[in-house]
Amino acid sequence: MTETTGANGALKPFTKLATGIEGLDVIAEGGLPAGRTTLVGGTAGSGKTIFAAQFLAEGIRIGEKGVFITFEESPAELSRNLMTLGWDVPAWEAAGAWTYVDGSPDEEATDVVGDFDLGALLARITRAVKKSGATRVSIDSVNALFSRLPNPEKLRGELYRISRALRQLGATTLVTAERLDDYGEVSRYGIEEFVADNVILLRNTLQDERRRRTVEILKFRGTAHQRGEFPFTIASEKGVVVLPLSAMKLTQRSSTTRVTSGIPRLDEMLGGGYFRDSIILLSGATGTGKTLTVTHFVAGGVAQGDRCILFAFEESREQLMRNAKSWGHDFDEMERGGLLRIIPVYPHAMPLEDHLLRMRWAIEEFKPRRVVVDSLSALERVTALRSFREFMLGLTSLLKHREIAGMVTSTAPSILGGHSITEKHISTLTDTILLLRYVEINGELRRGLLVLKMRGSRHDTTIREYTIEADGMHVGEPFRNTSGILSGNITHGRAEDEEEAPGEGPQVQVE
Amino acid sequence: MTVRLVLYVAGDTPRSRSARATVAWLADGGVGERVEVAVVDVIDQPERAETDRVLLTPTLLRQGPGSARRVVGDLGDRARVAEALGLLAAGPTPTEPTR
Repeated sequence: MTETTGANGALKPFTKLATGIEGLDVIAEGGLPAGRTTLVGGTAGSGKTIFAAQFLAEGIRIGEKGVFITFEESPAELSRNLMTLGWDVPAWEAAGAWTYVDGSPDEEATDVVGDFDLGALLARITRAVKKSGATRVSIDSVNALFSRLPNPEKLRGELYRISRALRQLGATTLVTAERLDDYGEVSRYGIEEFVADNVILLRNTLQDERRRRTVEILKFRGTAHQRGEFPFTIASEKGVVVLPLSAMKLTQRSSTTRVTSGIPRLDEMLGGGYFRDSIILLSGATGTGKTLTVTHFVAGGVAQGDRCILFAFEESREQLMRNAKSWGHDFDEMERGGLLRIIPVYPHAMPLEDHLLRMRWAIEEFKPRRVVVDSLSALERVTALRSFREFMLGLTSLLKHREIAGMVTSTAPSILGGHSITEKHISTLTDTILLLRYVEINGELRRGLLVLKMRGSRHDTTIREYTIEADGMHVGEPFRNTSGILSGNITHGRAEDEEEAPGEGPQVQVE
Repeated sequence: MTVRLVLYVAGDTPRSRSARATVAWLADGGVGERVEVAVVDVIDQPERAETDRVLLTPTLLRQGPGSARRVVGDLGDRARVAEALGLLAAGPTPTEPTR
């Protein structure tokens, strides 16, 4: 049989069955191969049973019936466990949407005398599928069968026979199998070679002392899928949610609509404001005014009627409200008015994938035009680099898909400049980078602002001085005869140049 | 007291035939107890297999009296079958070659 991995291949691609499992259909490019068997391999605790159950649960939501064959837990135990995810299996059973085939171990001892087959199981599965009209079948897990019976070759052959019969019945089947090692052989007993043309692996690994769950589509015969490992999480009420981060394409159309930064002079520097769907990285050492810039961004949005979400990773909402109020912006009132939502996030509380998921739900629900994450540095401290990058990819594509202006802040590692690890790894994902820097001039600490990059727009490339007043940020004139601000090695020109009146800065700006 | 057995088979296969022969022997006084056997073909009656939670064929169930027992396989080794079912042997038990 010829294999094609893309829709452009010579073979007509197999049709897919959308599973309904959030994110899975994205990486599976449509879903599982319809009418086929897919093996789901994973170590103990990797989420195989939930995955298998969810395949049916999502089908039931759209009116497709399912048969669940269990070799490990009894139907009663399973239903009890699945109830905690919000799936009312007994009600589905009563409605004929969910049918169990109970293959859990017998209470009485079983002796084996001679050769046997799985004929009774096949007859029961066939009956259950025909009787209920099921199109989805989950088998969990075949290892339980292997571990209590002799003759693995025989069992493999029999499972192949069952998988072929299910195909003739038109059912799309998911078979779970246990693996001993997250990066070892696909399954114990070599089941995958007999049972399935399609293999999905679930992993549950410890990385930098944090649990990390990933799903990988190892192979789909004759049909396309995304490659690599994608993080997933198991959430109550939702079950498995795959985060198809890097599978999301970052090729959205770019908006030419400008939105205000909330600071008039900064808007001028930006050539009229940020772009509607841009990701803005705001970098600065502690005390340079990042939170203030964020406050202007939020207040500027709310003043235009833009809904805003502020994800607060570092400061409490009270702190943020106090700060804003001290600059004359009433966040409390904005929240009551329904245009602002401040969501505190505790970086240590859960894995980054889960944070991203919750942020996505908040965004889907509140439908903001502007989103702020303050700050990324708080995340960087609690996570592995790879997860962090995936998080940023996920976040940026999430915002861009919805044409949301996103501002993320990052704390520069030293007072006088330099780049944080965060910036190094996300600068390619951002459209606009703003730097807030301390500038030491003649023994005095002043502040300088630079638009380091702005994709798709002319912008002011000078480093301008700004001050923080009672009513917020005031952007002034460029520093002159001062270089090395970015690197932190500041050198100055002649002293009298410092005395020059403001307003005589360069009229022609260098692009 | 009569021992009640149910044999589950799937269609007419060499395994089914071997198992049927063994239960016929049991019912025919092969052991020192009275044995009554019902044979169920799961292809015709899958609901019976469902009720008794049978996965493998052939499966021989001892339903009573006494504790339930389950023997799977072609049942070619009659002495082992009798022993697994907890039935008393009635003298030497011939074993039919199976395959």
